[in-house]
Amino acid sequence: MAFDTGVSLQPGDNLLNVTDLAVTFDSQEGQVRAVGGVSFSVRPGEMVGLVGESGCGKSISALAILGLVRMMNNATISGSIEFLGRDLLALPENEVRGVRGRDISMIFQDPVTSLNPVLSIERQMTEGLEEHLGLSHADAVKRSIELLEMVGIPKAAERIHDYPHQFSGGMRQRVMIAIAVSCNPKLLLADEPTTALDVTIQAQILRLMKQMALDYSAAIILITHDLGVVAGMTERILVMYAGRIVESGPAKALFAHPHHPYTVGLLRSVPRLDEPRAETLQSIDGLPPDLAHLPPGCAFAPRCALQTRACWEAPPALAPTTDGRLSACIHAAGLVERATA
Amino acid sequence: MSAVVDTVTPEGPLVSIRDLKVHFPITSGIVFQAKVGAVRAVDGLSFDIRRGETLGLVGESGCGKSTTGRAILRLEKLTGGQVLYEGSDLARLRGKALRRQRRRMQMIFQDPYASLNSRMTLGHIVGEPLLVHNLRRREERVDRVRELLNLVGINPNTINRYPHEFSGGQRQRIGIARALAVEPNFIVCDEPISALDVSIRAQIINLLQELQQRLGLTYLFIAHDLSVVRHISDRVAVMYLGRVVELAPNAELYETPMHPYTQALLSAVPIPDPVVEERRRAIVLTGDVPSPASPPSGCHFHTRCPAAQDGLCDIEDPVLRQVRPDHYAACHLIHDEDYPHIRSAEDVASSTQTRPNGNGGGPA
Repeated sequence: MAFDTGVSLQPGDNLLNVTDLAVTFDSQEGQVRAVGGVSFSVRPGEMVGLVGESGCGKSISALAILGLVRMMNNATISGSIEFLGRDLLALPENEVRGVRGRDISMIFQDPVTSLNPVLSIERQMTEGLEEHLGLSHADAVKRSIELLEMVGIPKAAERIHDYPHQFSGGMRQRVMIAIAVSCNPKLLLADEPTTALDVTIQAQILRLMKQMALDYSAAIILITHDLGVVAGMTERILVMYAGRIVESGPAKALFAHPHHPYTVGLLRSVPRLDEPRAETLQSIDGLPPDLAHLPPGCAFAPRCALQTRACWEAPPALAPTTDGRLSACIHAAGLVERATA
Repeated sequence: MSAVVDTVTPEGPLVSIRDLKVHFPITSGIVFQAKVGAVRAVDGLSFDIRRGETLGLVGESGCGKSTTGRAILRLEKLTGGQVLYEGSDLARLRGKALRRQRRRMQMIFQDPYASLNSRMTLGHIVGEPLLVHNLRRREERVDRVRELLNLVGINPNTINRYPHEFSGGQRQRIGIARALAVEPNFIVCDEPISALDVSIRAQIINLLQELQQRLGLTYLFIAHDLSVVRHISDRVAVMYLGRVVELAPNAELYETPMHPYTQALLSAVPIPDPVVEERRRAIVLTGDVPSPASPPSGCHFHTRCPAAQDGLCDIEDPVLRQVRPDHYAACHLIHDEDYPHIRSAEDVASSTQTRPNGNGGGPA
């Protein structure tokens, strides 16, 4: 289905504006608040890192942007996801289908489970090209071979007939990237794209993703738990904890002086190859919270060294700290001061 | 391989591995299975694990590091070679003698969700090794289990609960308590933190280090995360396709990696700092790890090695030999203090650009 959005982006406009996105799931334990009021925006061509641990709501946020959460029958979703000037949450499903896979595409963590094992690469690659760009099958095959060559698959014209199991993990992720960029997307969502891969292959794939995004001037939201991966790839970082963004800002400033105690703890708890070895690692005490029974105040308070009584009363709002940076901590001013002192 | 026989610890190493081989047969046919080949998961390893040390074993998936750990505990059948524990050959032990020996060596598994029986309570999980090895009298066992849970930071009053009531990090603590139940000297930790959340990993690493000091344990720490291995290990062995390519004390390996594979591996580890990442140039290896069912001839790494020399590396197997005091490497191109310095593609490109009248200027 060829679908023209008919809206062109004005210079200075954001590509994506997520406002107050909330996702709740009904479960046996009651309401599980997976995403609890998340707002952020992405500029065209920008590389944004979305960092957090499992269960922090980063993947659900991505699935919501793709319009996949509303298909889950136990999910309640609210807020707005404005992409190219239209609210994706308000669009009927047939119009979302014109955006998903075309203007917004996704690279999943595990290429083993996200590629269909019983269809050849040719079938899986041409499907989107025919559906979204209206290409004939012959043209779609031709284009697919070009794409596979671009992502570095040797002998692409022969290998296009192969099935996913005939490729190695790194090669499968290359195929995924080729599929993701095939319809010239404006936004690429990459959910832990290299977590299943070895370090030497990870370096190859990250490099390829960055190159592809530059070539197609696509924006990337890179979702990961690995602070090292976002450090080298992204310009701006969003840190999530228990369904909320707790800190955001330009990558360099955020890594140099985090303005939220959770980010401070995360950065300290990871050993670094370029620093002298520490005797013991500084760990974050306690456990990530149970999303079905969140504390009334700041979700990080039970694990936080800076917590005071006020932290337990109401969830802190994401508020500006210094230029271009936000923190959801009532003690952020203290962290900012310490950084400048 | 006499080259790697340890001379450092006077009372001898705790575990010695000599030419260890584990091959898995590839069969064909359904009723009459014929062996048509073998996956050489571990293909001739020799190294020592010293008393009280943590030996890190790193490598990419499929390099044989987990198989090595399992083979040392006799959880895999050895195709060849020896595993000596305090001098006695484990491969020859059978039945009771083997079981008695296993008390001295335990394992902590990667996945705390799969490695605890979901139908058993904590008391049974942690108490079972005591029962199997007949270690305490029945009435003392509960006390011992409570003591062990306390040791790893789990509330002893949860002894009657089931694993699903605990988070990943807590389950890993329970797995550690079970390993400690029989008072082992040696523990194989197989990727003990890779299934855990980032904020929990540091807790488990600190616990493992604390237990090592308190109980005098020796660890074989298997992991793919090189920063974590650097943090916890005294010495590090790097594996590639079933063989150890480099083995050196921690600081030495990370500061002066001599094998081209180690150099590439270290440069590919992302560092959580955008400023450092901007300056750094990773050596990006081309291609994938070849299949261990048909490893390349000669040096297994020659197909991806930027420094490989035709006629040498693709023909002759390099031997793991001492290249500096206590520093072992398996590479033909290391001669005394001279070794191949692998550079990133950008560095190579920029150095050729600065040499406009280089040797590519046509016939002289």
